This record gives sequence, structure tokens and C-alpha cells, in this order.
Amino acid sequence: MTMIKRGFAALAAGALSTALAMPAFAEPVKFDFWFGLSGDLARVVDTMCKNFNALQSDYEVVCTSQGNYDATLQNTIAAFRAGKQPTVVQVYDVGTATMMLSGAYKPADKLMEENGYKIDYADYFPGIARYYATSKGEMLSFPFNSSTALMYWNKDAFAKIGKTEAPKTWEDVGADLQAMKDAGYECPMAINISANESWQLMEQFSAIHNQPVATKNNGYDGLDARLEVNKTKFVQYVTDLKKWYDAGLIKIKSKDLGQDMVQAFASGTCQVILTSVGDHGTVGRTQKEGMNWDVAELPVYAGTERKNSLVGGASLWVLSGKSDAEYKGAAAFLNFIHDPKTALFWSTNTGYIPVTKSGFDYMKGQGFYDKAPYKGRETAIASLTASEPTEITRGVRLGNFTQIRAEFGTQMQAIFANKVSVQEGLDTLVKNGDAILDRFQQTYPGKTLP
Amino acid sequence: MEKRVTFSSWTIGILFAVPQLLLIFTFFYWPAGQAVYWSLTLQQPWGGGNIWVGLDNFRSILVNADYWNSITASLVFAGISTGLAMFIALVLAALTDRQLAGSRLYRVVLIWPYGIAAPALALAFRFILAPEAGFLSVVNRMWPGIWDPGLDGADAMASIIVAFSWKYVGYNFIFFLAAFQAIPRSLIEAAAMDGSGVIRRFWDIQFPLITPTIFFLLVINITESFQDSFGIVDIMTSGGPANATNLMVYKIYSDGFKGLDYSGAAAQSIILMLLIILLTIFQFRFIERRVHYG
Repeated sequence: MTMIKRGFAALAAGALSTALAMPAFAEPVKFDFWFGLSGDLARVVDTMCKNFNALQSDYEVVCTSQGNYDATLQNTIAAFRAGKQPTVVQVYDVGTATMMLSGAYKPADKLMEENGYKIDYADYFPGIARYYATSKGEMLSFPFNSSTALMYWNKDAFAKIGKTEAPKTWEDVGADLQAMKDAGYECPMAINISANESWQLMEQFSAIHNQPVATKNNGYDGLDARLEVNKTKFVQYVTDLKKWYDAGLIKIKSKDLGQDMVQAFASGTCQVILTSVGDHGTVGRTQKEGMNWDVAELPVYAGTERKNSLVGGASLWVLSGKSDAEYKGAAAFLNFIHDPKTALFWSTNTGYIPVTKSGFDYMKGQGFYDKAPYKGRETAIASLTASEPTEITRGVRLGNFTQIRAEFGTQMQAIFANKVSVQEGLDTLVKNGDAILDRFQQTYPGKTLP
Repeated sequence: MEKRVTFSSWTIGILFAVPQLLLIFTFFYWPAGQAVYWSLTLQQPWGGGNIWVGLDNFRSILVNADYWNSITASLVFAGISTGLAMFIALVLAALTDRQLAGSRLYRVVLIWPYGIAAPALALAFRFILAPEAGFLSVVNRMWPGIWDPGLDGADAMASIIVAFSWKYVGYNFIFFLAAFQAIPRSLIEAAAMDGSGVIRRFWDIQFPLITPTIFFLLVINITESFQDSFGIVDIMTSGGPANATNLMVYKIYSDGFKGLDYSGAAAQSIILMLLIILLTIFQFRFIERRVHYG
């Protein structure tokens, strides 16, 4: 009897929900937005979605966190193959090449044009826009959460060795680390050498020094691009890092070992780290009481003309196969995110930087960068805009780049464990990376990057 | 005349089997068939199309030194962790079976580890084995740098073996204890009256009588060490350092889902499946001969 009752209740509930799902008059058009941030950042995105829904009544965005970037892409692909894809999805920087070849998106610039929004694409910082634009400069997706790598340095430790400024060259870094070691610091600098650090150690370094990661302008000009990091300045960089590691000037810190490098820096254990501006807030919140620290642009080798660093983070893609009403909603949502006020909200609550000049100016005008917890984050903008992007500092556009980053981690670990020499390790990285690129190219026969 | 309802045994048999067969087909044969198809093609991740490449995927995997390294790592992992988990569980079960003080408590407590999800226990072991902050940091304080799973492949392998074995000790323990308790007490008592000691009774009476259980657990442990190791590797080492713990099942995951190389991952799954089938056939063919079913 109770079973039957329950059955009826379920039926009734089902009927009710279908009724609710029917397009009624003045009912907002719902569309899905999937993103890959979690924890604090996910809450900020949720608030942003609520703000959008409260601001207008025509559309309702349903924001769902998929946990992390990898999972977001995997789930979106699975959903797309089943025809249940979200309208808007956040895809991380290195997924750009895969997205461009997927044929599963609606170009962002066309979407905005069709729906009557005028976006000034020149307003985007060129270093950010070019990373996501086609080789012809069209924006297929909208830059969203953006960051770049910076050097975090402990002012107290540098004061001990008589320095009041962050080192600008790697030569100075070497000397300063030695001086700190001599002054009794156990861990002058912390790095990690997993797949994740390919970003600051290999990609950012190469961009700033105007060195290619791969041929064909880092892959922008064709799927037949192949790696060449085993014959650029990067070899010298890895050699130096290894030398400093052997001399005890650099320690490896990772979560697996008990303390990651951001924690090591914030606790005052290690004095220098290279990480994303996105960690600026975390360091500020978790730092040891009274510790003085600051951020600086990544150092370069002496005699190098500094170029812009690369943007990291993710962009928002609009997927194909959705209704016009949903596309209208997506366009309104993207327009909302593009707004300088949203940029201020977003950057205040996360460590990410504004992606447009107007957003940056608006935030400067509001005095954002003068206040204590946010002071220093403008260094990221300086680093991103250090020069006009060159052909090879636009970004890195290689297929299956996630696997190449994993290979980077593997070979760096082999080098640091003395299993192979620096040159051997980087040669293997190039060889295995090329096999991955080769495979990617074979998977998309006859296709070219837009 | 006797009245009896009769059913065609054939139809009714099929009818009873159908739900199960449907389940097996939907969740095993269908995906497995799909994997075979994918392994013979190059799949575009977004479903834009695929190209028939025959055995190319297998060829490129089998000439890859990293893949052979992954097979070796998996075999080492399977061998050591199975041995460790079974040996420890056997000793614990034998002792618990002897009704030593507190054995009722052990009987319950020793089963718990199996109830813990692999990622959760991996997280716990990551803390325990962390070289700088964990319990094992004591070792590093005495001999600096001796324990370094972050860079030393052997240390990392030891970490995941310990974590995996810890979980399966609980599982094996249940079966061993049940097997020991199924042995008639009178046999052991008789042997005791004849003057044989604990060790002697174990080798001559208990051990031969539990060989079916040992064989069963051997097959299960080896199979599971190939499949259930994923969560532990993912949390503890992510396959590193320098691929030292990149077990076959983890490599399938990272190539397929992180690298979006669905075809290569499908081919690797087929190879893994064949390897497990081969190992199991080998065990049934050669080891089962020595098993006495009572």
C-alpha cells in the first residue's frame, strides 16, 4: 500500500516537474555553465552566477563545478558525445588546441555579433587575447580567469644578505641564494618538478626569453609543430636549477612530500618561489605573522631583452548544438563577465587578474592596487605586458599538451634524481613529446588549426 | 496417475539467466567490444570521426619503452603486494584462530581496512609516509635523505605497495579466518595430543586444508592489484617520480582521460585484459594442481 502511495507521489512529482520545465510565459531561459574550479574559487563563481541571475530576469544560468579542469573537459566531451553538453564551458589554457579542432563550439566573436553585443577586442591585453585567438586573431572563446607566473621573495631574508630589491637576473638569483645559504637559511628557494610546473619553469621561461617551445611558432602555424626545448636557453636554465639543487640552494617541495612550495614560502621555510599570481591571496592569508614579502617579475638571464610572460588559466567556450534562446542567454552572460565591474568583483575575491585594459583601469581607479592585501598584483600586468607579443610569445598551441606537461614532469624527475643528464633528459622529453604530437596530428588528418 | 507441473528446463533456465546475462552484456561485453573497436581506430575525442588503423595502436604501444616499464612496474607491484598482503593476513588469521587473548576484538578490527576507500587510505598514507612532516620523517632526521619518495622511484613504489597491502590484509584476513575456523577442532586437538607443536600443526594440518582459500586469494589479489591500485597511485604518486609507479591501469587513465588519447588507452586496456587472463590461466593450470579440495 505504501509502495503504491509512494508510486503515486513520484508520478505526481514527475508530472509537476515536467510542467515546471515547460516554457511558460516570462519564465527565464535556463542554460548550463560548467566550470573547473573548486573550493573558495567555486563559491566565487557561484556568487557571480547569482549576481547575473539577479541582474536580469530573461535568462538563468545554472553553474556547476566539475571539480577540476581535467574533469571539466572529460565530462564535457562525454556530455557532448551524448548530446547533453552545457551551453558554456570553462576550458583550461592548454585545452585550446583540442577545442579548436573539435568542431564542437560556436565562435565567441560570432555569437556576440549575432546577438547584438559590441565587444572591443582591442581592449583585451594582447598577451591574453592572442593566447586564445586564432592565428588570424579571431576570438573563438572569451578569456576568463587569468594569471601569470611571478617570483615571490621574502624581504626579511633578502635584508639579511643586504638586499632590498628582488634579483632581476638569474645570475643574481644564484648569488643571492648562495648568500642566503651562507647566512644560515636551510631552504633559500623551493621548486617542484611535476607536470604542473611546466608552466612556470618551461613555458613562462621560454616566453620571457623569446625562446620557442616548439617549431611552427609554438604550434600556432600547424599541427606538424615539434618540440625544440632541448636546444634553447631552457637547457642552460635546467642545468642551473640542477646545479643549485645539488648545492642545496634549492629544495623540492610538493604536496606528496608533506608541504607544497606555497606553504613552504608562506611559513617562512623557503625564501623564494616561482608561482602564479593566483597564489597571492593564499600567501597573504596563510603567511607567518609579521613576515615581509613581495612579488616580482620572473628573472631573466643577463643580457636578455625581456618579453611578455604568458597567461595561464582558462577561457569560456560556447558549445554548438544549442537553441537560439540559450545562445542569447550565453551572450548576455559573457557580456556580463566582460564588464569591468565584474572584473573588480572577480579579482577582489580571487587572485586572478583583470583581462581587459578597461577592467584594469577601472580597478586602478577604485584604488584596488593601493590596498595592502592586493598591492603587488599589478606586477602580473606589468609582466604580461612587458612587450608586444612576438610570434612565439603569443602562447603555446600544441595538441595533447597535458601529456607533454606530464612528460616534462617525468623527465625533470629523472634529471633531478641523477638518472640522466640534463641534455639526455630534455632530449627524451622532446622525443616523447614529438611522439604525442605525431599521434595528435594523425588523429586529425587533413585538419588545420583555425 | 501422478499429476506434476513440468517446465521445459531449457526455457526456464534461460529465463532465469536473462537478467544476469543482460547485465553482463550491458556492463561488460558491450564496453569491452567498444574498447576493441576503439583500439583499432584513431578516435577524435569530440566524436568528430575516426580512422581505421588496424593494429597500429598496439604496435606503437609495444615499441614504447615507457610502456614496458609500466608493465614491469605493475608486475613488481602485483608480486610484492600480493605476497605481503597474503602473508601478513595468514599470520594474523592463524594467531586469531588460536583464541589468544583479545582475538574476538582482532576478528572485528582487522577487517576494517578493507572497508576504507582507496583514495581515503592513500591520503592517510601520504601523511604517514611524508618524508618531511609524516611519521617517517624520524628516519630522515637520523639519516638525512634516506627516505625520499618524491625523487626515489623505489621509495615511491614501496609507499604504494604498503598502502595497497594494508587494505588487502583486511580482505584476506576474512577469508583465511573463515577457512581456519572450518577446520574441525578434533583434528587439531588430536594432533596436539600426539605431541605436535603449534608450528607443526600449522604446516601439517591447517595449511594443507586451507590451500583452496590460498589459491582463491592468490587469483583475486593479483587481479585486484592490477585494477584496484588506481586510487592509491593517483593520490600518492601520480605515477611518478620519473614513471616509477606508472602502473598499467594508471597509465590507461592518464593517457585516456587526461591526454584524451582514447584509442591508445583502449589498446592498453585490451593488453591489460589479456595479461590478467593469461596470469589467471597460468595460475589455474599450474598452481591449482597443488590445491587439495576437501
